[in-house]
Order: sequence, then structure tokens, then C-alpha cells
Amino acid sequence: MDEQRLDGNAAAGALGEVFAFEATTAGYACDACGGTGVLGTAMVYEVRGLGTIVRCPGCDNVLVRLVQNPGRHMIDLRGTKYLQIGEISG
Amino acid sequence: MVARLYRTLWRIGEVVGVVSETPRTKSLVLDVPGWEGHKAGQHVDVRLTAPDGYQTQRSYSIASAPEDERVVLTVDRLDDGEVSTYLTDVVTAGDRLELRGPIGGYFTWEEGDGGPLFLVGGGSGVVPLMAMTRHRATSGSDVPTRLLLSFRSHEEIIYREELEDLAAHDGSLEVFYTLTRARPQGWTGYHRRIDARMLEEVSWGPHESPLAFVCGPTPLVETVGTALVGLGHDPARVKTERFGATGG
Ligand SMILES: Cc1cc2nc3c(=O)[nH]c(=O)nc-3n(C[C@H](O)[C@H](O)[C@H](O)COP(=O)(O)OP(=O)(O)OC[C@H]3O[C@@H](n4cnc5c(N)ncnc54)[C@H](O)[C@@H]3O)c2cc1C
Ligand SMILES: [Zn+2]
Repeated sequence: MDEQRLDGNAAAGALGEVFAFEATTAGYACDACGGTGVLGTAMVYEVRGLGTIVRCPGCDNVLVRLVQNPGRHMIDLRGTKYLQIGEISG
Repeated sequence: MVARLYRTLWRIGEVVGVVSETPRTKSLVLDVPGWEGHKAGQHVDVRLTAPDGYQTQRSYSIASAPEDERVVLTVDRLDDGEVSTYLTDVVTAGDRLELRGPIGGYFTWEEGDGGPLFLVGGGSGVVPLMAMTRHRATSGSDVPTRLLLSFRSHEEIIYREELEDLAAHDGSLEVFYTLTRARPQGWTGYHRRIDARMLEEVSWGPHESPLAFVCGPTPLVETVGTALVGLGHDPARVKTERFGATGG
């Protein structure tokens, strides 16, 4: 299975399926190293058709794990201390 | 709410034209009913479904300016590519494509964001940079802009004539090329992979705080991003878009 290292921005479509806000411009704080940034600058590993992993660019900790099964999404945010959303307009 | 639905929902675009850009690269001109516009730098996800129900999707940057009512994608053909071979070999005018977008709020440039703009791309990484360049031209912006583009050979340069034309009529737009494999006789441009020295020669210095957009194959983007920050550029003003894998 192909795994591609991409920018957080590349996961905008997948994140848009589960979040009502524009995720790539949302701020995050990493639960492991305390680093902050916007998700668009994080590292994304996309396992085609199966899921998406967003990692902290500072320490590689998994911030968001998205698993896509037909008709079901699993969102694991345990590596994220918080997400910060500017304005929910879509 | 409506915007969110469009971003998330799959919808159909009709291919109204196919343009050969280079021997390996084609532009698909799409008519997407109800397209509500995009920002330069955004992409769409394209989804293909086989007769047996197997689905696969890939991201493609929007090449056209936001002012353009048609949505143009430019696809580089990878010999062993699942989706890019279909889009470049099979799709013709009249076909329909399933897509969602526009997507991505991060790797975008609008006229009001200012500059100076430093756009660095490799191979099809030029696509979102072209949307920014077209938007800049269409909106009448005179933000000083430099493009540094890496291709394998002269015949693989995408949008070469249009860029030449734009630069010829616009003193604040400059285009630099580097050819990494073959170069024509008499070539006076660069002929190596982009490195820190090339970036230093072409870019504005950090004190002029250019806004940099770097796009292309993952290794190129990582080299350039690291080198720019190493040269003293503010990481917050160096935006990257990795296209994946190898190539360029
Ligand atoms: C945000 C974003 C925007 C993109 N915009 C464009 C665009 O405007 N134009 C465009 O042509 N492509 C673009 N891409 C790349 C595109 O999404 C596909 O990855 C590419 O077309 C290959 O898909 P494929 O199905 O043909 O190849 P696959 O079947 O997925 O892969 C075939 C082989 O090529 C390798 N490979 C995969 N992706 C790439 C790549 N990008 N470069 C080189 N080798 C690769 C794989 O490792 C594999 O060995 C973009 C990617 C992202 C994340
Ligand atoms: Zn971290």
C-alpha cells in the first residue's frame, strides 16, 4: 500500500468530511511536545483510501488519525491538546 | 453551511476541452455547474469509480484563475499511475468527472495578501503557482513576483508560452527555469536541482520578507523549504504543498 508524505493541506478534503470548519487553517497544540501551528502546516501521511494520519512537524506525534470505512469515520484526536477555530463559516 | 456542503459533496463536472501542454501533460477544462469560485492555490479531489464499484481518488490543483468561470486542471502523466494515466490518456471532451472542492484554505494567495511573491515549483507543482500568477495578472496586481521552476527538460516546461507572454508585458514578473536532465543547445538558464545557492540568487533576501509558495514532488519541496528557512526566511512566510513521491 502506497503511503505518501504530504502537507496538512492535502488532507483538507478528508478532514472536511468530518469537521464543520476549515481544518487546514485551524490551530492545534501538540499534546506531546506542546508545539503549536495550523493543521495545514502539519505532516500528513495518507494511506490511500484507508485513512489519514496527521503528525506534528516538531516531534512526529500523531495529532489526528482518521480512519475511513464505508459508511463510518473514526476520528482519534488523542495526540492533540486542543484545536483552535477562528471562525466557523465554512 | 452551503459552502461547507460544496466542499464536502461529490459533484459532476463536464470536460469541455482538453489541451496538450507538453508531451506528458494535459489540461482538462471543466464546466462545473454551480461552481462558486475558488482561491488561487486550492485543489479539488477527483474520484474515479470502476464498473465493479472500486473507487479511488487523487487531488489536483486548480490551474485557472478565480476570475475564470471554467475550472482547469493540469495533469502530469505518470507511466505507472492509476489516475493520471486515465485523466491524460482516456478522458476527452464530453466526459464527466466526479469531483469535490474547492479544497484547502492554507496554500492560497489572494491579491490583497501582497508580496513580494516568490513561487518555486517542480514539474506539475507549477499548477497552483500558475493559478496565482493568472490571478495576479487578471486582477491587475503589480506585486513583484518571481517564479523559479524546475523541469526535467525544455519540452516538459508547462505553460512556457503563456509565462513568457505575461513576463514580456509585465516588468514586475520574472520567470527563472532550471532543467535537471536535458537542456537544449545554447541554454543559459540553470541546469541542476534547486539548491540553496540558486534560491539565494533568485529570491529576495529575508529582509524584504517575500511570501514564498513551494510546490512539487515531496523531496523538492522539503529541500527548498529547508533551504529557505536556512537562508533566514520566516517559516511562517514559506508555504509548502507536497504533491507526493518522486519525479520532477
Ligand atoms: C494537494 C495536491 C495537489 C496536487 N495537484 C496536482 C496537479 O495539479 N497535477 C498533477 O499532475 N498532480 C497533482 N498532484 C498529484 C496527484 O494527486 C497524484 O498523486 C498523481 O497524479 C499520481 O497519481 P496516479 O494515480 O497517477 O499515480 P499512482 O498510481 O498513485 O502512483 C504511481 C506511481 O507514481 C508514484 N507517485 C505518486 N504520486 C506521485 C507524484 N505526485 N509525483 C511522482 N510520482 C508519484 C507512486 O509512488 C507510484 O510509484 C497533487 C497532489 C496533492 C496532494
Ligand atoms: Zn509535537
